[in-house]
Amino acid sequence: MVTQATSLSRSGLSDFLIQRLSAVVLTLYALCLLGFFLVNHSIDHGSLTAFFGAPSMQAFSILAVLSTAAHGWIGLWTVGTDYLRPHYFGAWASALRMVYQAVCGLVLFVYAWWGIRLFWLVGS
Amino acid sequence: MQVSIYRYNPDVDEAPQMRDMALELPKGRDLMVLDVLERLKEQDPSLSYRRSCREGVCGSDGVNMNGKNGLACITPVSAVAKRGKLVLRPLPGLPVIRDLVVDMDQFFAQFEKVRPYLINDKPPPAGERLQSPEERAKLDGLYECILCACCSTACPSFWWNPDKFIGPAGLLQAYRFLADSRDTATAERLGELDDPYSVFRCRGIMNCVNVCPKGLNPSRAIGKIRGLLVRQGV
Repeated sequence: MVTQATSLSRSGLSDFLIQRLSAVVLTLYALCLLGFFLVNHSIDHGSLTAFFGAPSMQAFSILAVLSTAAHGWIGLWTVGTDYLRPHYFGAWASALRMVYQAVCGLVLFVYAWWGIRLFWLVGS
Repeated sequence: MQVSIYRYNPDVDEAPQMRDMALELPKGRDLMVLDVLERLKEQDPSLSYRRSCREGVCGSDGVNMNGKNGLACITPVSAVAKRGKLVLRPLPGLPVIRDLVVDMDQFFAQFEKVRPYLINDKPPPAGERLQSPEERAKLDGLYECILCACCSTACPSFWWNPDKFIGPAGLLQAYRFLADSRDTATAERLGELDDPYSVFRCRGIMNCVNVCPKGLNPSRAIGKIRGLLVRQGV
């Protein structure tokens, strides 16, 4: 078996399932938002706060944020391990991959932290 | 007809190059690409390629013809030539030894990883290990692979990670033994495949299905392996 220290779960099967389940969550979340914007013609701060501030929607939004982070990490990790290889970058490939993964991790962490904070505080 | 061929002799050439050769085709007949190569070799005996059975059984003469992998011996020129031009390159992604001859070591190393032989820990019976017709039918579409490497070398995931991703040919064989009722190492075999590369680097683009000269479907076999992994691991 090929071992990988930086894949999300170290298991190909777990990553595969997480990626698909997170995709389902994000699809449902997108449909939910689409439904809200189609049904409500007059959208203002009050209606948005009421919608996103409902406890069920807060939980769903935070789940969507976490799904984005997990889905994003698995996808970006795959892209990085496909293209940042010694064949193209020689001895620099590993260093380049580490920097790339660190940047991706940082960006996804900021998105997750910011998103959770935003949805946690909405309406309060 | 104009034939553009990838030429590279590492002892002489600094870099590979495409070289044009002209060939008069017989009127009213459609040659196979291997016939074209044979005639070109009469013109230039230094032209190198692999061939053996010349009837699509041995899998030696896998080449890239006008951008699509296939067996030169069973591919008619009319099926691949565009605007009277035939472009021949070695199978992509593998190191070139010379001209159209590629080094298949990486391909066979991946094939070896899946342990492509029957494993059975029960004492051998006096006769054969029997299968029902239904159990035997599960191997159809799996055992026919001739290891020509057309599929694996058409797969970008194999190009990017030939040392880690087993590739469609190896995975077809992996499933051939997972599906075999006489094999008792299913859990062990699946355990060896549950990493982010061996199976899961397949992105399902199905180039393998598109080029297989035997009409096999490695994508379906990979899907079945994923299904077995899910059933075992969830």
